[in-house]
Amino acid sequence: MNDMTPVKLTPKDWETDQEVRWCPGCGDYAILKAVQRTLPDIGATPENTVFVSGIGCSSRFPYYVESYGFHTIHGRAPAVATGVKLANPALDVWIVTGDGDGLSIGGNHTMHILRRNLDCQILLFNNEIYGLTKGQYSPTSREGTKSPSTPFGSVDHPAKPAALALGSGARFVGRGFDVSKNLPDVLKAAHAHKGAAFVEIFQNCIVYNKDVFADFTEKKNADEGQLWLEQGKPMLFAKGAKGIALDKEKLTLKVVEVVDGDWEAAGVIVHDVTNRSVAHMLVEMPFGAFPMALGVLYDDPVPTFESAIVAQNELAAKGKVPDLQKLVSQGQTWTVGKGGPEL
Amino acid sequence: MATAALDPITSATTDASPEAVVVRFAGDSGDGMQLTGGQFTLSTALAGNDLATFPDFPAEIRAPQGTLFGVSAFQINFGSTDITTAGDAPDVLVAMNPAALKTNVKDLKPGGLIIADSGEFNDRNLAKAKYDANPLEDDSLAKWQLLSFDISKLTMESVKEFGLGNKEALRCKNMWTLGLALWMFDRDRQPIIDWLKDKFAKAPVLADANIAALNAGHAYGETAEIGGAGLGLKQLNIAAAPAPEGLYRTVTGAESISLGLVAGAQLASLPMFFGGYPITPASAILHHLSRLKEYGVTTFQAEDEIAAIASAIGASYAGSLGITSSSGPGIALKGEAIGLAIMTELPLVIVNSQRGGPSTGLPTKTEQSDLYQAVYGRNGDAPMPVIAARSPADAFDCAIEAVRIAVEYMTPVMLLTDGYIANAAEPWKVPDMSGYTPFPVTFLDKAQEGGFLPYGRDEKLKRPWVKPGTPGLMHRIGGIEKALNTGHIEYSPANHQAMTELRRDKVLGIANDIPDQDVELGQKGGKLAIVGWGSTFGPIYQAVRRARAKGLDVSHIHLRHIWPMPKNLGDLLKSYEKVLVPEMNTGQLKTVLRDQYLVDAKPLNKVSGQPFRIAEIEAAIEEQLT
Ligand SMILES: Cc1ncc(C[n+]2csc(CCOP(=O)(O)OP(=O)(O)O)c2C)c(N)n1
Ligand code: SF4
Ligand SMILES: [Mg+2]
Repeated sequence: MNDMTPVKLTPKDWETDQEVRWCPGCGDYAILKAVQRTLPDIGATPENTVFVSGIGCSSRFPYYVESYGFHTIHGRAPAVATGVKLANPALDVWIVTGDGDGLSIGGNHTMHILRRNLDCQILLFNNEIYGLTKGQYSPTSREGTKSPSTPFGSVDHPAKPAALALGSGARFVGRGFDVSKNLPDVLKAAHAHKGAAFVEIFQNCIVYNKDVFADFTEKKNADEGQLWLEQGKPMLFAKGAKGIALDKEKLTLKVVEVVDGDWEAAGVIVHDVTNRSVAHMLVEMPFGAFPMALGVLYDDPVPTFESAIVAQNELAAKGKVPDLQKLVSQGQTWTVGKGGPEL
Repeated sequence: MATAALDPITSATTDASPEAVVVRFAGDSGDGMQLTGGQFTLSTALAGNDLATFPDFPAEIRAPQGTLFGVSAFQINFGSTDITTAGDAPDVLVAMNPAALKTNVKDLKPGGLIIADSGEFNDRNLAKAKYDANPLEDDSLAKWQLLSFDISKLTMESVKEFGLGNKEALRCKNMWTLGLALWMFDRDRQPIIDWLKDKFAKAPVLADANIAALNAGHAYGETAEIGGAGLGLKQLNIAAAPAPEGLYRTVTGAESISLGLVAGAQLASLPMFFGGYPITPASAILHHLSRLKEYGVTTFQAEDEIAAIASAIGASYAGSLGITSSSGPGIALKGEAIGLAIMTELPLVIVNSQRGGPSTGLPTKTEQSDLYQAVYGRNGDAPMPVIAARSPADAFDCAIEAVRIAVEYMTPVMLLTDGYIANAAEPWKVPDMSGYTPFPVTFLDKAQEGGFLPYGRDEKLKRPWVKPGTPGLMHRIGGIEKALNTGHIEYSPANHQAMTELRRDKVLGIANDIPDQDVELGQKGGKLAIVGWGSTFGPIYQAVRRARAKGLDVSHIHLRHIWPMPKNLGDLLKSYEKVLVPEMNTGQLKTVLRDQYLVDAKPLNKVSGQPFRIAEIEAAIEEQLT
């Protein structure tokens, strides 16, 4: 905890003395490591960093990061974080939530923190299941998910976290997965973005929803299954043999073959993180027919909520001298003197 | 009022210089009765009368015109003596249409005066008010004095020169009526003219028209008296009430709570964060505070009540004074988060402006039925201090007290008020702020001796308040049970037992830090104690005063601290033969008192959405003592 030393912190400095209590093999461990690797690189200081979470396996996260931490109540982390940031905009606020926490019970708050654009990082651990309550299906579970509460398979259509975030007005949408070596880069980009940065992290719940993301996370599926987006680079996957192009007739995305590396000829799109229209298509891209879009899908900052609040508060207070006595004496007053009341 | 001779409030219509008069303005919700009432209140205060008001309006914003449920009323009781209630029965009823007459006339004192706008008593409005015949023309109002004239037409004439449309011209009716009322009680028109000029600064024609209507109403009184045609309109002069010298203003509960919270934050040397979500009748607090940025106030209109309190908790965690406010339904939503504040031991003030319940209940009517919710309404053993305001003026001090307890004990505190207090106005002697002792907060900025313990305690059992941003004191908090001292996650049975008791003892210990319960009227011991809380203060006080004047052995005890209760309260209650608890609920404080002290407290309940009348409590006192 050498907070004041200019010496660069190490991931170890961000570990607490608390015993980590996730199931052995849970994807949460890898995400924790990725965050602890990221924090020193972005120059974060433990005293100015606050992790706020809701309830769920994922929401235990703050106990394991050597910073300030608040494990709140189910779904409400964005609201608590809003108060933290408005009270002290200098704090670096991270929110950790789950697919149930952030999209079911707390869906309302997720939508509003994004549209308000509070400066914070929102890490949504999507394991497509309610882990902590022992495996019921969640709002992101695929149709037909068999769980204790849906023994015959779920029938509801799943929510798409990234699409929901973008639809709510998010100005940063990133995606990664627990064991990905690229996850710290996505986290760094999220942190560098001034405003609400939404990162969907696919996370393997090995106990209740094992390997649901294996189709793109496993090494053998990585080439065909993962499309890593990079600013200014063509949207290529399958070792450059395939790319994403615009179907100009249908105004949708399509997968095209790239011959001899000539991606331009194949019409492959160059990723522009500020292109909101393309971002909408990327978050909607159905996995299977398409690879999973990963990395920074969208990043186009606008002024933040807390800065607008601070500016308005300052403007409204400008030139006014706080004076309690004056304040309580406001309105239509009269004086009672010896001769009775007078204006 | 069984014994009129002893009644300090004598009827306006039988006495040339009464001590007190009750006037009720009633009209369609579009008639501007609340505005009329508000301005009449101001002129009354300026005339030096003591006063209390009762605004009573429908839940619908624009209820269909002329309907019985669309009637909006404003009652004011003013006089030359101490006034603590809005008055039982009006002496004067101003009825702007048939529906207003129908819904209000039954409350009027026998012999009281009705002033009715005959222009609105047409077939259509009579039908809407379910009158078969025009009551102004048969003898159904014979019990009262009736003055009816075509206020609508008189108003139209008075504003003719300004070329307003019919609808706009008729909107000036309330000012015409106000002008007449000002004449009746010999009031100065100038403050209202000033106010109209200010209000319509952007539309001077409307200002002029309203002023003309005001003047015309006033002149009508004068000429009616002189030329009269036997109208019997008399001018009344209510002497000023004796009041201590000083600066005064009128204040509503919503205003005084807002001011008290700001004062509390300043006395604690803290910036304030207020998270709210609109709900009647609590919204006014959010509105007031959102204008006070220069006092370090940040207001946040959240997406719902849960987010409102959660953001306030977050702000407290980060070192501000977190405050949230709502009414019953919203407080219900906040329940889980209140538990979080109790568990994490963060300061927080929760204001509940109670209204009729359950569920949506009676949004614009008053009730005191959230006492159980305040004291008990959470999962787990979740103790929380509860304070209740008795009146708009008292709410100021209650708000400061709530802030003090929150920061000195690191606990959420609930401040109870109600729709009546929130909306009602009363004269308020502006407090001298230098008379309030500051209670500045100190944040822990380095580890305690022997190492940092986020859940270590001082002699009051308070844990330290550490702001994120403080080097070296990083720690994690949350709603999961905490280990004694370290605050780490800890589920062990012995620890939970110890922590539950600690949270209980911390809150109970506040009893050592609040004043002993006093007796408002009367003395310790005797035949009967009337025990009240909240806005029933006024009617109970007057009823006990009258009963005592008749020689009855009855005392009045009024609780500000609902939880924990003052240390001497049990002893005090046991010193009376009987205890009666009037409440606007079905007996909630009564039950708590019985539970805490094993006293045979008896209930007196009213849940009609209307405040108690003095006479109702007086009758109950007499019943108890015979
Ligand atoms: C008000 C409330 N309702 C229900 C719960 C029970 N609960 C705890 S975590 C959880 C779901 C967690 O799922 P998710 O957010 O996906 O987190 P995960 O455990 O999968 O990381 C539920 C329903 C609770 N703690 N509080
Ligand atoms: S239940 Fe699933 S999400 Fe929760 S800790 Fe275990 S593996 Fe991880
Ligand atoms: Mg989950």
